[in-house]
Order: sequence, then C-alpha cells, then structure tokens
Amino acid sequence: MTITREKLGELYLKMAQTRRFEETAARLFTEGKVHGTAHFCIGEEATGVGVCSALAKEDLIAQTHRGHNQAIGKGMSLDLMMAEFLGKEAGYCHGRGGCMHIADSSSGSLGANGIVGGGIPIAVGAAFALRYRKVDAVTVCFFGDGATNEGAFHEALNLASVWKLPILFVCVNNYYAMSTHIGSHMNIEDISIRAKAYGIRGEAMDGNDVAAIYEATLEAKEYVKREGPMLLVLNTYRIMGHSKSDPQNYRSKEEVEGWKKRDPILLFRKQLAEAHGFSPAELDALDEAASADVARAVEFAEASPEPRVEDALRDVYAV
Amino acid sequence: MREITYAEAIREALSEEMRSDDSIVFIGEDIGIYGGAFGVSKGMLAEFGPERVRDTPISETAIVGCGVGAAMAGLRPVVEIMFSDFLAVAMDQVVNQAAKARFQFGGQFTVPLVIRAPSGSGTGAAEQHSQSLEAWFVHTPGIKVVTPSTPADAKGLLKTAIRDANPVLFLEQKLLYRVKGEVPEGDYSIPFGQAAVRREGKDVAVVSYGRMVGRCLEAAALVAAEGIETEVIDLRTLAPLDRDSIVRAAKKCGRVLVVHEACQTGGVGGEIVATIVDSEAFFYLDAPVRRCCGQDTPIPYNRNLEDSVVPQTAGIAEALRGLCGRKS
Ligand SMILES: Cc1ncc(C[n+]2csc(CCOP(=O)(O)OP(=O)(O)O)c2C)c(N)n1
Ligand SMILES: [Mg+2]
Repeated sequence: MTITREKLGELYLKMAQTRRFEETAARLFTEGKVHGTAHFCIGEEATGVGVCSALAKEDLIAQTHRGHNQAIGKGMSLDLMMAEFLGKEAGYCHGRGGCMHIADSSSGSLGANGIVGGGIPIAVGAAFALRYRKVDAVTVCFFGDGATNEGAFHEALNLASVWKLPILFVCVNNYYAMSTHIGSHMNIEDISIRAKAYGIRGEAMDGNDVAAIYEATLEAKEYVKREGPMLLVLNTYRIMGHSKSDPQNYRSKEEVEGWKKRDPILLFRKQLAEAHGFSPAELDALDEAASADVARAVEFAEASPEPRVEDALRDVYAV
Repeated sequence: MREITYAEAIREALSEEMRSDDSIVFIGEDIGIYGGAFGVSKGMLAEFGPERVRDTPISETAIVGCGVGAAMAGLRPVVEIMFSDFLAVAMDQVVNQAAKARFQFGGQFTVPLVIRAPSGSGTGAAEQHSQSLEAWFVHTPGIKVVTPSTPADAKGLLKTAIRDANPVLFLEQKLLYRVKGEVPEGDYSIPFGQAAVRREGKDVAVVSYGRMVGRCLEAAALVAAEGIETEVIDLRTLAPLDRDSIVRAAKKCGRVLVVHEACQTGGVGGEIVATIVDSEAFFYLDAPVRRCCGQDTPIPYNRNLEDSVVPQTAGIAEALRGLCGRKS
C-alpha cells in the first residue's frame, strides 16, 4: 500500500505539533503557570499519531494519561487542549479535567484516564455500543505496558473476545511503568503474547515508525471489524521523566541517549527525505507550522478566562 | 526537639519497626529505587533490601490482597497504595476480605495489615487523584482508619497501626508531606481512639482531623483577635472514634463546628454531629451544630475551583463567627 504524500505530511506535522505542544507545556510549568502535573509522550509521538491518523471521525478512542499524541492524532484542537492544560473555561473540559483528563466527544475521544487501566473496560463497552447501534466504526483503546498488569486489562480483553467486539487494543510499551522496568513487572518479553490467553490476535511492532503504524492500523481496523478484538503492541520509549517530578534514578543516561537516536520524528524526517522526496525546506516548513500552531494555542489559552467559581458545581450531575 | 517532615516521620516509624520486627514487609508500586511517589520510602530499599521492600506491578487488587494473605499467614505487611483514590481499584480486598477475614472465620485469623495511602486535594491533580474517601472505610466495620495531622502523630500512630492486630487504613495527607514539626527520636506510640486538644478555648469547639486541623488552628487564631476563644479538637483516628472527647468539648463550649475536607454529604461529620446530639451534650448546646466541609462534587483541576470546593481558613473563621453570633 502506498500512503499519499499528503498523508505523509500530515503524520509529520502531527508529530511535530505533539513535540512542540509538550515542550511548550514543560516551559509553562517552569514559568509557574500550571498547577498540577503532566505526563509527556516525547519519544512516543509515532504511536498515537500513527494509530489515530488511520481512524475515521466515527471511530472512538480511549486515551491514556500520556496521550497528547493520541489527541492530536485524532484531530483534536491544539487551542482547546492548551486551554485545558492551563485550566481555562475554553478548554475541552472547561478546566475541570486538565491534561490528564482531556476528552472530546466530537472527535471521538472517550477521554484520557488518570486511573491506569481504567479506560480499558470502558472502551469495550463503547465497542459494544457501536456494534449494537449498527455503527460501522471501531474503538481503539490505548494503554501502557504497566496497565496490562491490572485486572481490568485481563477482564476487558476476555469480555471483548467472547463478545467478538470490533476493538483494537493498543499497548504503548515504553518499557517502564513509572520507575519499574518491564523486566521486573512481567515475566514475558513480548506483551503481545498476552492476547493468546484470550484467544485473540496479538502483534508487536516498532513503535517509532509512524508510517508502518499507520498502515498496520488500517489493516487492523478491517481485521477487528471482521474477526473481533486484536492486541497491537507498539514498542517505543519515553524520553522524558514519568511526570514532571521524576528523579529518573532508575535508568541510565546511556539508555536514554540510545533511544534519542531512534527519535521517531528524526527517523520519519529521514524517511520522508530519502524515500519520498520531501525537501529540507518542505520539512522545515512543517516544523515551523507546528511551532506557529502551538504558539497560537498558547496565546488563545492565556487570553481565555478562568472558570467562574459560581459554576463550581456545574456538571456534577446531568440535568 | 529536632524537626523533621511528615514524610520523614512516616519513614522513620516504618524503618524503626522494620528494624525490630522482621515479619514486617513493605509492598507497593515504585516504593523501591524511586522511593515512592511522594518520596516517603527514599533509602529504604538500600537499607532493607528487595526481599522486604517489594516493588510491584501496577496491580492494586493483588497488592492489597497479597497483604491480606501474608497477614493471615503470619507476616505484618505494610502496603502502599500510591494515591488513596486507587483504593477503589482494590476495594474488594479492603472491604470484603481484609475487613471481614477475622469475623467471618469466627476469630481464627488476625489480619495485621497496614494500608498506607495519600489522601486529599490541593495539588491540581484533579478528580481521580484528590479525593478524601475516609467515610467509605469508617462505614466498614473491621478496619481502622487513621488520619494523622502532624509529623509527630504520623510517627506515633503508624507505630500503633503496625502493631495493631487488625487491618488499618493509614490515610496520609498529601499536602502535609513536606511540612516539618517536632518529632521525638526513638520509639513511642500514640494510642488509637484518643483525640488531641490542639488549642483550648471556651466559646466554640472545632472538631476536625487530618490536614484541616492546621486550617482550623489558623482560623482559631484569626477569631481569637476578635475575642472568640476556640477549642480545636483533632480526632487523629476516625475508627475508633473518640466520642468522649467530642461530647466533652461540646458540653464545654456549647457551640460546635465540624470541619473536614471530604464532601459533606455522607461524610464523617454527620457521625460527629450525631454523636453530639445523641448524648447529654445536646442539653448544653447554645446553637445548632454546624459543618464546614467539602462541597458535594468531584475535585476540579482548575486551582480556583479546587480551592472553592474545600474549606479554607477564611471560610472556617467565618463559620466560627457565625456560630458565635458575630458578623465579620
Ligand atoms: C490504578 C492506578 N495505579 C497507579 C497509578 C499511578 N501511575 C500513573 S501512571 C503509572 C505508570 C503507568 O505505566 P504504563 O501503563 O506503562 O504507562 P506509561 O506511564 O509508561 O505511559 C502509574 C503507576 C494510577 N494512576 N492508577
Ligand atoms: Mg509504560
């Protein structure tokens, strides 16, 4: 299959936007403009961007706490994401959720979850609802390597399997759950073999190759519609600390440096130049566009009002 | 006396106990090299080794359940749940297992398990990382619930928790971890079910616990300048609850304000009020018993909203004035 030039450019732009968004968010932290925490996916951009760029608007996603790439991949607005990050009324969740809880019902995001594994059964329920309502769409559920040790993961995969639901489980394996290396939190090397236990298809692949992930997702979508659930494991690496307060005393600098050489954006830049004839000027223009988009998002977010304290109890219940 | 932080006091209590009793094992997520999400166990892996300081996968049900089983089979486990909100993931093991094992098996087993978990809002961590869930567990006979408000109490109460033959939920106050206070060196313990009088007064009594005690003291200082003398009662443990101290303070002052961060409806405050009106203190009351508690809402992300839904010093002071018939 050949990906159109336009799609290739879109994949690059979305990864660059994600990178810039997070670098900017990190700066806003140091400037004391943010109250709370954030989990950055720098180094993992290809996962969420590759998968979500292969989805249609009607397809649903359940996001993780480390999901700026998933949101941007699904086409969510940088302005509204940044406003949410700064806790503003204009944000996706009106400043109620912050970036750990970004959701956008209009672009098919069921929301990011602060409870590791919490979103997995929810995605199964959404996949069931889509099929029940005869909507021709899939649900994609993101989670980390660490989340596959929660009971919720196992219960949800089994249920999805016995109900043969159109759901793609995407495990973003960055080899760590906070400080805990995968080698000491599970006794298998290939997470995709967990699929076997539930009688569903499992595959693992390079999580830093955005084009390959995009293509694999297109294929997986058709598969899950036809055959039922699949577990796709994307092997990648978290370059930043777990959250903004992380001493990172559990891994070596060499390990991090090694993965920086496999930076998914650099890899894709090279691929676009060498195999698809993108000129340096074209790529620079995409980088600049990403920076400008994020700068505008910050302006938008900073200029938008704080939520009103009088509205503090709005949405505790639906009316 | 030397001053150490609340987090250091907890580490000291746990470390001292582990040195003197090798049946104590410590189990949780990222408690080893990382030192725990709030740094409480920094250095403990180095001292006690990976056999006793055990990092786990992200599996709260297994963590608490493993603690229950190990306790039934002769150990004294201390387990850490990274945020008390995640207790919801392990709820069966806490409520249906830990709290029931002794009773349902006719007293054959003891479950000397401590579950440590940070509680409360104020960090901008939003809905799923900011709750105050103590009432769920106070409503579960078979498990004790501890809410220390000072570093010295944290140390002394944790020692009691570890030595207790029952499951104990030790709710640490996130925003107090870095607060310093005087803490005695060496071994001491503080019994459960004994409230502390943090300030004496005769006009109005405030009954509180956990991090709200500090705000109550600030509010008491504010209204003292206006001539209102406030008695501040720190419950320290919610199960068992020191009902005598509550009744005594109500009789002494005739006016009572109950303060907690957890949302008001169904909260521990209702039980405190009931304790007063259900006792002879009722006849000593000069005013209705009031509550100043968290609003009935999840904790929002935005800082202003977050502050607006939990009691602040100014609001507590205002409630004290109102009880005493003063206008600000
Ligand atoms: C139920 C639950 N347990 C623990 C946590 C604390 N926590 C947040 S993220 C995280 C690590 C998650 O690891 P993984 O699933 O691999 O995702 P990653 O952070 O690596 O993207 C932990 C332990 C949580 N938020 N929820
Ligand atoms: Mg991980």
